[in-house]
Amino acid sequence: MSVLKLKELSKKPDLLTGGHRMCAGCGAPIVVRQVLAAIDEPVIIANATGCLEVATTIYPYSAWKLPWIHSAFENAAATISGVEAMYQSLKRQGKIPADTKIKFLAFGGDGGTYDIGLQALSGALERGHDFMYVCYDNGAYMNTGIQRSSATPFGADTTTSPAGKVLQGKTQKRKDLTKIALAHGAPYVAQASPHNWKDLMAKVQKAMSIEGPKFMNIIAPCNRGWRTQTNDAIALSRLGVNTCFWPLYEVADGVATVTYNPKKNRRPISEWLKPQGRFKHLFKPENDWMLKKFQDLVDENWRSVVGMHNASHPGEQIDPEEGKTW
Amino acid sequence: MKKVAMTGNVAVANAMRQINPDVCAAYPITPSTEIMQQFSTFVANGQVDTELVTVESEHSAMSACIGAAAAGGRVMNATSANGLALMWEMLYIAAGNRLPIVLSCVNRALSAPINIHCDHSDSMGARDSGWIQLYAENAQEAYDNTIQAVRIGEHPDLHLPVMSCMDGFIISHSIENLELLDDRQVGDFVGPYKGTAYPLLDLANPVTYGALHLQDYYIESRKQLHEAHKRAKNIVIEVGREYGKLSGRSYGLFETYKMDDAEIGIVALNSAAGTAKVVVDEFRAKGVKAGLLKPRLFRPFPYLEIADALKGLKALCVLDRADSFGAAGGPLFIEVRSALYDLPKRPVAINKIFGLGGRDLGLDDLRKVFEELVTLLDKGQAKSLYEYITVRE
Ligand SMILES: Cc1ncc(C[n+]2csc(CCOP(=O)(O)OP(=O)(O)O)c2C)c(N)n1
Ligand code: SF4
Ligand SMILES: [Mg+2]
Repeated sequence: MSVLKLKELSKKPDLLTGGHRMCAGCGAPIVVRQVLAAIDEPVIIANATGCLEVATTIYPYSAWKLPWIHSAFENAAATISGVEAMYQSLKRQGKIPADTKIKFLAFGGDGGTYDIGLQALSGALERGHDFMYVCYDNGAYMNTGIQRSSATPFGADTTTSPAGKVLQGKTQKRKDLTKIALAHGAPYVAQASPHNWKDLMAKVQKAMSIEGPKFMNIIAPCNRGWRTQTNDAIALSRLGVNTCFWPLYEVADGVATVTYNPKKNRRPISEWLKPQGRFKHLFKPENDWMLKKFQDLVDENWRSVVGMHNASHPGEQIDPEEGKTW
Repeated sequence: MKKVAMTGNVAVANAMRQINPDVCAAYPITPSTEIMQQFSTFVANGQVDTELVTVESEHSAMSACIGAAAAGGRVMNATSANGLALMWEMLYIAAGNRLPIVLSCVNRALSAPINIHCDHSDSMGARDSGWIQLYAENAQEAYDNTIQAVRIGEHPDLHLPVMSCMDGFIISHSIENLELLDDRQVGDFVGPYKGTAYPLLDLANPVTYGALHLQDYYIESRKQLHEAHKRAKNIVIEVGREYGKLSGRSYGLFETYKMDDAEIGIVALNSAAGTAKVVVDEFRAKGVKAGLLKPRLFRPFPYLEIADALKGLKALCVLDRADSFGAAGGPLFIEVRSALYDLPKRPVAINKIFGLGGRDLGLDDLRKVFEELVTLLDKGQAKSLYEYITVRE
């Protein structure tokens, strides 16, 4: 495992090249580059349909400098299962050299993972393929024009959960996919954020050192869907973590660890919601209850993650109320 | 060569064992379940080198097959009916990516109402997906087609997925006497795998599969698939001939039975053709010049050759074990009738939809069809172009 030094990392070739045609300021390619830069072995990727796939492979161009396959929307996990199975088979039969080392990755958006691809993901995790699934979660079906998914936060205005006269954006809370992945007993499950590249890449490296199915859920701001500025992706992922909307943690072989505790950096959720146009209506006086409910949902989730950490680390207890100064 | 008695499913599973694919996916559905079940035993006993991916759905089965084939090895799978329907999206993607996956389709009726027995609505629904489709009358043919499918699909001029079909229960679950080739013969016949033009596992030459083709490229990609299908016919003949030398059983595009001087004839796929042969013989014994044509290759549809084989007939009936609701006939009829269009003198052609959901096609049903064809010899015009038989009125 190589050491995570910026200077060294900057010398690594970009396996997702510049000019990849995703929107300026999109979080997803940042996530992908960080993941790939953390891996030393050759990588093969299966990519679900979505912004990342569509934008980067407009024929006759491809932004990928590694073997890459997109087959459909709901099946990145099944597709990579097949690739990995072939690798295992050919290796076992001596049809490819026994010392061939390849890492198998699947990338899917939240729609392609929380929703339509959940079954394929579940199957691949359960079967135990040696691969890692990375969900880049931008909180909606962005590629088709910002429709709500089960990852869309409560209250968000999307094109299928619009804030109208009666309904005020998405009425349901988010699905907790990371814990669903965890429930499969996968040896490594983590949440990460691109603002904390060191944490993200250390998690990828740890995952790569473990054999079997791995899952990482990574927040990936989308300025189009979140209705923010194009230079906001990193600031908003940082704020997402500091508001505890997106806890950074990992569960490695059953040991849960919060890898970053905001402590004095902790902020109320309204600070993350405020710059995002999709939550504008939450700041109307009559929707004050929604802000409160959102904060409650965030706190509940944070307490649950901290609870997992505390159960794993009797000597390093975290107080879930710490830093909550408001 | 070995004479054995086994069901169609077990025969196909044995063909797969002898082919020894690198990766298979398995998901149960009646009546094809037994193929992958039997094959799992071969895996468990170390009789094959296959990596078996026990997926959570048929959609994932075909997705895993696509990933595996793109990675660069030989891939096989089996399914039926709703399973094939759930794969539908991925069938097109397998063909579009030019991956020579072999799928054994044990024909079963599509829901609703749910049914587990034979008809061809499943594979007929997939006829425009870009897959080559082979049909088999009995277990021997299903076995033989499975082995040839590998060679056909992997041919360097094709790189196409192949669906090898047989009738659910009627063939899949009936024990028949048949001949198996020796394992070595099959291994030599299929040869080492070279069916993936650009393997993902070729790390030195990274490729992108499944790129977005917009208005500027999509149609060219589809045209290439179209051209590949045009080349398939000769390759099917070539492989069928070579297989004949090996096994003593030669295969072509279709089989004709007593067609040389026939005036009336039936066109039927799969096991119904076996029943029809009996009735052809009966009518021949009565002095009626009856014959049968049993298509083997349905995709690509060899329309020129079929028209040529049918041109001497005065009247014919196409039997369809699937409906194409609201169309001008069942799927086979539409193809056959269109093939006849360019003949200077066309036979009268009628269509019967029969046997849906496993309803038996009896000798009497076929006798009635032949009798109707005899009356058409004089009348020259049918009372109805397109109707159901074997149905309660
Ligand atoms: C079976 C199927 N259903 C729907 C679509 C349409 N579709 C393509 S991309 C997409 C949205 C993808 O959303 P997500 O997975 O969140 O990725 P993002 O675009 O947000 O990066 C949808 C709905 C499709 N391609 N296939
Ligand atoms: S729409 Fe959003 S997710 Fe898609 S490329 Fe643009 S910024 Fe990225
Ligand atoms: Mg999304």
